[in-house]
Amino acid sequence: MTEKLLMRGSHVIGETAVLSGCRFYAGYPITPQNELTEYMAGAMDKLDDGTFIQAESEIAAINMVIGASMAGARSMTSSSSPGISLKQEGISYLAAFELPAVIINTMRGGPGLGNIAPAQGDYFQATRGGGHGDYRTIVLAPASGQELADLTRAAFDYADKYRIPVMLLGDGMMGQMMEPVELPDPLDPDTFPPRPWKLDGAKGRPSQFIRSLLLDTTVEEDHNWKLERKHKSIIREISKAELFETKDAKMVIIAYGTAARIAKGAIKKVRKMGLKVGLIRPITLWPFPSRELLEISRHLRDFLVFEMSTGQMVEDVRLALEGKGNVHFYGRPGGIISTPDEIAKVINSLYHRQHLEED
Amino acid sequence: MTTKVFKRPKYLKDAIFHYCPGCGHSIIHRLLAEVVEELDIGERVIGVPPAGCAVLAYFYFDFDMGEAPHGRGAAVATGIKRVQPNNIVFTYQGDGDIAAIGTAETIHAANRGENVTVIFVNNGVYGMTGGQMAPTTLAGQNSTTTPGGRNLLRDGGPIDLSQMLAITKGSVYIERTAVNSPKNIRRTKKALTKAFKAQMDGLGFTLVEILSPCPTNWKMSSLDSLKWIDDHVTKTFPLKVIKDETEKVSDLATEVINQI
Repeated sequence: MTEKLLMRGSHVIGETAVLSGCRFYAGYPITPQNELTEYMAGAMDKLDDGTFIQAESEIAAINMVIGASMAGARSMTSSSSPGISLKQEGISYLAAFELPAVIINTMRGGPGLGNIAPAQGDYFQATRGGGHGDYRTIVLAPASGQELADLTRAAFDYADKYRIPVMLLGDGMMGQMMEPVELPDPLDPDTFPPRPWKLDGAKGRPSQFIRSLLLDTTVEEDHNWKLERKHKSIIREISKAELFETKDAKMVIIAYGTAARIAKGAIKKVRKMGLKVGLIRPITLWPFPSRELLEISRHLRDFLVFEMSTGQMVEDVRLALEGKGNVHFYGRPGGIISTPDEIAKVINSLYHRQHLEED
Repeated sequence: MTTKVFKRPKYLKDAIFHYCPGCGHSIIHRLLAEVVEELDIGERVIGVPPAGCAVLAYFYFDFDMGEAPHGRGAAVATGIKRVQPNNIVFTYQGDGDIAAIGTAETIHAANRGENVTVIFVNNGVYGMTGGQMAPTTLAGQNSTTTPGGRNLLRDGGPIDLSQMLAITKGSVYIERTAVNSPKNIRRTKKALTKAFKAQMDGLGFTLVEILSPCPTNWKMSSLDSLKWIDDHVTKTFPLKVIKDETEKVSDLATEVINQI
């Protein structure tokens, strides 16, 4: 498909999910992501083999996804921050069961009920596993309409390939934004990785089961290490970041999602004033693109992390840089959306404070 | 010449149950395996074991099984059944699993008329965690968290989940049986057969509640625990068909027809 469509972000996710073979969706109403649930209701209705369920709770929705995934369907649920907290139990089981599933998190201001404005306060929850136990989920951070399509497609493919839950971490801005998008081609389910583990009745094969209870501690330890080996290969294979104006940069901003869009606008402004500033935009938040950061730290010292939170990804930046470089932070939590001008001012003052114009 | 008159059912693996002496799970497992064999659905059945004493059921049943988080059996079963409507899906849940932490999942699965079968084993106690008060613990009954007996003013009373589920429009068959006597065991097997048949006919949500002894946590002999069911448990939870719409058009179907 080469046709460009003007689409709302949440609809891009929904339509790409369908084109990627998603045939099961369960969700629960929560703002600011209801457009996606509503889109899936209509989209699944049009398919002979599609199922949409408005679940009685976030917990039920993620558990329905567990069942659908056990039965072999490409499955998805979506929610926003407080609802994602409720789903964490199920996400932990998905990880333990090694079941593929896609979870869309449209972050809002928090903690607690917070508000419904775009925010990035769920970074820790998303990238550290989120639920109980020793596991990770792949976390993808789209920053444009096109990337919503590309990363939704990637989410389903990664989930299948690695048998792991994958979270798309966005915010209400991403969901509401209308941008031209080229949707991907529909996938043929016959091309999906085989699912020999799926539960579809023991016909012509021995019976099998899916479980997470491993009472023998040595068996649980083996399972933990098996998951960790998988995590390691994911780190090697899919870490990804966009580099923008970094070649001659004396300072780089590190931001993801909506914050990266704002930072890009700010960089364009300060570049006109002669400031050599670039952007590193992590596209995978877990695995975090540490190599890209370390690479850049060879020829510059100053890093400004900008987040719509009080500072969460900044910890991963410090870990990635291993003490090489000065890590500065600017954050606006609570659902505040900075303007590019505001960020340009922050950049400008830091740039001069570090005497970067003198080099 | 000897003839084999009693054998392990086809769908029970050659494994030793971990259940305590006198526990009802072993009997119920056997009945379930017999019913699956008699209905010839062993290659179509997918079971969902709970968190609780029956969590290891996949070591005993020789058909496909997928574990559910505590209480979430009905939601997991919903997902499986919607993706594979031609297979036979059941959950196997205890009283704490289904009537406390999983109440919402169960009620809404029944209300949607999910075409699954729930096997609800009611022994009035949290067995695996060591005998704490369950939602179905009888008034005055001792447990590790009600050392002076369940106090209705403090703890609330035993909840009759089956009765609650019966008023949902999506449920078609709900019966309460017991496994404390040969007669009741036979009735239980009949009820399980009926529930699975209703699912095979696509009628809607079916549930068999089975009163089951837990001598270990009731701190009784096996024989006394069988008698306790007759003398006490059935007074609060009488054995009966609570709802049966398998022979007539269900409420939900009637409503759908009326809408058309």
